[in-house]
Amino acid sequence: MIGMITAAVVGCIGITVYGLLFGLVLQGVDRKCAARMQARYGPPLHQPFIDIAKLLCKDNIIPKNAVTSVFNAAPVIALAASITILLYLPIGSIAPVLGGWGDIILVLYLLTVPGLAMVAGGLASGSPYATVGSQREMVTMIAYELPLAIAIIAIAWRLNAAGVVDPFSLATIAQTPVWSVVGIPGIIGMLLLMVAMAWVTPAELSRVPCDTPEAETELCGGILVEYSGKNLALFTLSGAVKTVAMATLAVVLFLPWNLTWFVPLTGAAGIIADLVFFVVKVLLVVFFSVSLIRVGMARFRINHLVTFYWGYITLIGFAGLLLLVLDAVLGMGVVA
Amino acid sequence: MRLSPSFNRSLWVFHFNSGSCNGCDIEIVAALTPRYDPERFGIKLVGSPRHADVLLVTGPVVHDMADRLRRVYAQMPNPKVVMCIGSCGQSGGVFYDSYNLDGPVGDVIPVDIYVPGCAPRPEAIIDGVVKAIVLLESLEEKQ
Ligand code: SF4
Repeated sequence: MIGMITAAVVGCIGITVYGLLFGLVLQGVDRKCAARMQARYGPPLHQPFIDIAKLLCKDNIIPKNAVTSVFNAAPVIALAASITILLYLPIGSIAPVLGGWGDIILVLYLLTVPGLAMVAGGLASGSPYATVGSQREMVTMIAYELPLAIAIIAIAWRLNAAGVVDPFSLATIAQTPVWSVVGIPGIIGMLLLMVAMAWVTPAELSRVPCDTPEAETELCGGILVEYSGKNLALFTLSGAVKTVAMATLAVVLFLPWNLTWFVPLTGAAGIIADLVFFVVKVLLVVFFSVSLIRVGMARFRINHLVTFYWGYITLIGFAGLLLLVLDAVLGMGVVA
Repeated sequence: MRLSPSFNRSLWVFHFNSGSCNGCDIEIVAALTPRYDPERFGIKLVGSPRHADVLLVTGPVVHDMADRLRRVYAQMPNPKVVMCIGSCGQSGGVFYDSYNLDGPVGDVIPVDIYVPGCAPRPEAIIDGVVKAIVLLESLEEKQ
């Protein structure tokens, strides 16, 4: 028991450090990629670290008409929740630290917590811009949760239909790629779900084209308008960690292969090879569903965003779900 | 003031028009284009004065904007830098004897760097930012 708790504590500290560092590196890579696609040189890779260091040495202003407790608690809760998600996600071939205590449904719920914390912080900051931003954030969350849930449920259901034990556990999903249990219709369905997931990622992370709640041009920073200094740094860090979490989730659901499954590597060499391969996969996900979409598009208007996610992306998700069901019903691929 | 090397490498800019003819504003936007790419040095345009380190003021200060300018300046968290872009903000420029001016920017809030020109070229604005960084570095050494 003591050993288990020590392992969990050490794991938590390790994951926190890993999440913060990797998240900021991902943001740096994203900014560099975006700059290169716009024919710019772009900031140095460690620019996000410089930004955080700067924000930490600036004043932390709390507006007079803000609800101080909520205003200060929101960034801490957002960061804590983002880090907690990472504790339930496998990294390469390393099993999740708290894998035995929660499954993918818990991750689905935890993913909403940073967003809700931001909404609370925005409403508590007593600025009309932040209030409008909070309302938009809530609408955005309602819009993208359904396609995300469909993708997750469809995959877990298909694994269940294939007779996999404990299909909702993230370790199981990472161990048994859905691609290996589905037939032709299932593969098409999985591709559709992948498209839906690629679009949910920028919405979940509030990046262009879904940064409507922050909309610098018309809402002056929206939800974050009154945040400065340390609190803004915490929100930035929470966004960085959430990027890692979302990319990891996409990797676990859709690209769960490990290098060691194909190359006979054992021990530390195997773990390191898997980690490197995992980082490459995360970078790919971030490049395609954050950088590429962000550079290629302008911002959605809030009503367009809802139509887009509830209409098109949910339809694509449902089509994927139906194809996976069809796949199991017709007995193509592996069925228990 | 707690100045640090990271502050100089990550200047977030808030742009405030206190009554300019829009000529200077266009040049500021030109200075932010991929051709000059100020993001190389961590410079970024932000939408809220709470996030900003540098306040770019363009134009002379008209009566209605004087109070707003003071409030925006007060809303920025310390440490902060004020840059005044264009001749108007320095002396009133072509509007120097206009009836609706509260005076140049320096009369309303403290200004650290003046970039003269009507309108200044993007190169001049970037040179102004470099001067601001040099000033910050010298202040940091004195600290
Ligand atoms: S300095 Fe010239 S360009 Fe700039 S605001 Fe004044 S008149 Fe316009």
